[in-house]
Amino acid sequence: MKYIDEFRDGKLARRIAAAIAAEARPDRRYALMEFCGGHTHAISRYGIEDLLPPAVRMIHGPGCPVCVLPIGRVDNAIAIARQPGVILCTYGDLLRVPGSKRVSLLKAKAAGADVRMVYSAADSLRIAQDNPDRQVVFFAIGFETTTPPTALVIRQAKAAELGNFSVFCNHVLTPAAITNILESPEVRELGTVPLDGFIGPAHVSTVIGSRPYEFFAEEYQKPVVIAGFEPLDVLQAILMLVRQLNEGRFEVENEFSRAVTRDGNRKAQALVADVFELRRIFEWRGLGMVPYSALAIKEEFAPWDAERRFEVETASVPDAKACECGAILRGLKKPADCRLFGTACTPESPMGSCMVSAEGACAAYWTYGRFRQVS
Amino acid sequence: MTLQRKGPSIDFTNGFVDLTHGGGGRAMAQLVDELFVAAFDNEMLRQRNDQASFPVEAGRMVMTTDGYVISPLFFPGGDIGSLAVHGTINDVAMAGAVPLALSASFIIEEGLPLADLKRIVGSMAAASRAAGVPVVTGDTKVVEKGKGDGVFIATTGIGRVPAGIAISGDQARPGDAILISGTMGDHGVAVMSLRENLGFETTLHSDSAALHGLVAEMVAALPGIRCLRDPTRGGLAATLNELAHQSGVGMIIEEAAIPVRAEVRGACELLGLDPLYVANEGKLIAIAPAADAERLLEVMRAHPLGRDAAMIGRVVADAHWFVQMETSFGGKRVVDWLAGEQLPRIC
Repeated sequence: MKYIDEFRDGKLARRIAAAIAAEARPDRRYALMEFCGGHTHAISRYGIEDLLPPAVRMIHGPGCPVCVLPIGRVDNAIAIARQPGVILCTYGDLLRVPGSKRVSLLKAKAAGADVRMVYSAADSLRIAQDNPDRQVVFFAIGFETTTPPTALVIRQAKAAELGNFSVFCNHVLTPAAITNILESPEVRELGTVPLDGFIGPAHVSTVIGSRPYEFFAEEYQKPVVIAGFEPLDVLQAILMLVRQLNEGRFEVENEFSRAVTRDGNRKAQALVADVFELRRIFEWRGLGMVPYSALAIKEEFAPWDAERRFEVETASVPDAKACECGAILRGLKKPADCRLFGTACTPESPMGSCMVSAEGACAAYWTYGRFRQVS
Repeated sequence: MTLQRKGPSIDFTNGFVDLTHGGGGRAMAQLVDELFVAAFDNEMLRQRNDQASFPVEAGRMVMTTDGYVISPLFFPGGDIGSLAVHGTINDVAMAGAVPLALSASFIIEEGLPLADLKRIVGSMAAASRAAGVPVVTGDTKVVEKGKGDGVFIATTGIGRVPAGIAISGDQARPGDAILISGTMGDHGVAVMSLRENLGFETTLHSDSAALHGLVAEMVAALPGIRCLRDPTRGGLAATLNELAHQSGVGMIIEEAAIPVRAEVRGACELLGLDPLYVANEGKLIAIAPAADAERLLEVMRAHPLGRDAAMIGRVVADAHWFVQMETSFGGKRVVDWLAGEQLPRIC
């Protein structure tokens, strides 16, 4: 498969791995956080940790949109789906996420709710057009990558004066989450979480560009390397971070230059700015309340806002007591440190959010890497 | 001259299945005669009893049953009818057995075009004839519109195990070699490409095929084969895990050795699927003592349905029964069971 195999070449991987091993100094620490679930998945799936020297440690960040969606919002979506006449459309990953009382959209569907899996926001708009007598709600989640398509369908619904379509918006912002982690007392004051550098998001950065990370690199003195989601991208980014740290630099470098520019996709940014506005505060599972970290639909598009249409009120629902998702999402703990990991909580019956999506740190560890825990 | 009044013949061009076709009356008898008996025609079916009657030889028999609910009913490389024959023959064959006969039970939704039913039964009959395994008894039920999805078919198969063959999922031993008969994921991707909301096109065909001919040659050449299984739902990954658990062993496979078509890899890449979890309907996994492996591979490759056969790994001792994979990238990972449902109604 041309254009993909090049980024999975085993020989080249071993060459980069050898360079990392040669350049990483055994007497110092390289604690690197990959923010994105896509990177976490690639690291586990291709066994990248097997190729790293002991001094380099990967910390899995909160960049999995399914994982950080708070339980209260899942409950909201289930309540909307259960209303008579509603068709709730969403991405496949979300169907299995347990809300409170362990009810998921999949279970609500089995009990009679009309919940449909779609591959894009545009699919849900089409379902609305095909079912004029039903209320169709698109349960939208995701970081900056999936926000522009949601903005587009809202604009299209308005242009077509589509009265039976609305969006339950849960789009969140990457830079706010990174700031939250860097500002957390464990990182900033106590120094209990080692965090030496970041692998920056791939697809998110195609939209927002590399410029937003310049602030972190400067303010927190942490190097950032934006990397693609292919395994060679990840290895190359690790090498670039090791070099920056060795040389005492903290810059934003772009490994993913085949897709990311400094300014990003201005057209997409304009589209998002047209339809959405910042929420003053939004809850993230694992991180808690994060100021200015999410988007809401502007007043101008109110008829297509499911939150207004269904008068949604969100309660803050705590995770199961023993669940360590919060600490894992902030890099404080590893999946295997959680008592529920692999016992009460597995991909078949997830308790915490990190186990739900294939991009969650716990699911990735359990699915691809659990032989490491026992050997 | 017959004193029985016969109604007009069934309109297989423009007609639809209605509730009388399953009602036990004349319409049902007519459908059975004009469609099922005509298509599957054989001695036992012609007896028109509620059961097929046949002599049995001494020895070990195997029996299996499977329900087919695939959506859509027709897909590139087959349809629910041929699939219902191939799938059940394969389950019989995976014991190293010679399939002898099939039964078929149809649950049809009111409103199914009779032309579709005829096409399905026709392809089922063709598959059964090509395989040399007759459908010897059957049943037809019709459910109200909205209570089914076109047609569901359940087939049961029986077969005879040749003397000296003891193939079973619990026989894998550390040191054994793991082989597969060809490319992984063709069926699942071919079916998926037709799903309404995906909107991608592929030239790919389902690999749906009856594997008993291939199996017969494999067991004739190497009666010491330990396990055979067809990696259907859940694909290679789920099936290897089943075998590892049944035998109480671990497995190590090599990613680079597993044949996957470029089209399948491309589609999986786009959809975020892993070809190792995608269903096959004409492939098998064989586990055999390492000493037999090279010879077995030759025998498999000499058969048209095993042309792309490959040795993909080995059985190891492992108290945790993990299936692990050495990635082409140079790392290692667990190949786990499938969590949840990757693609509903793929067979």
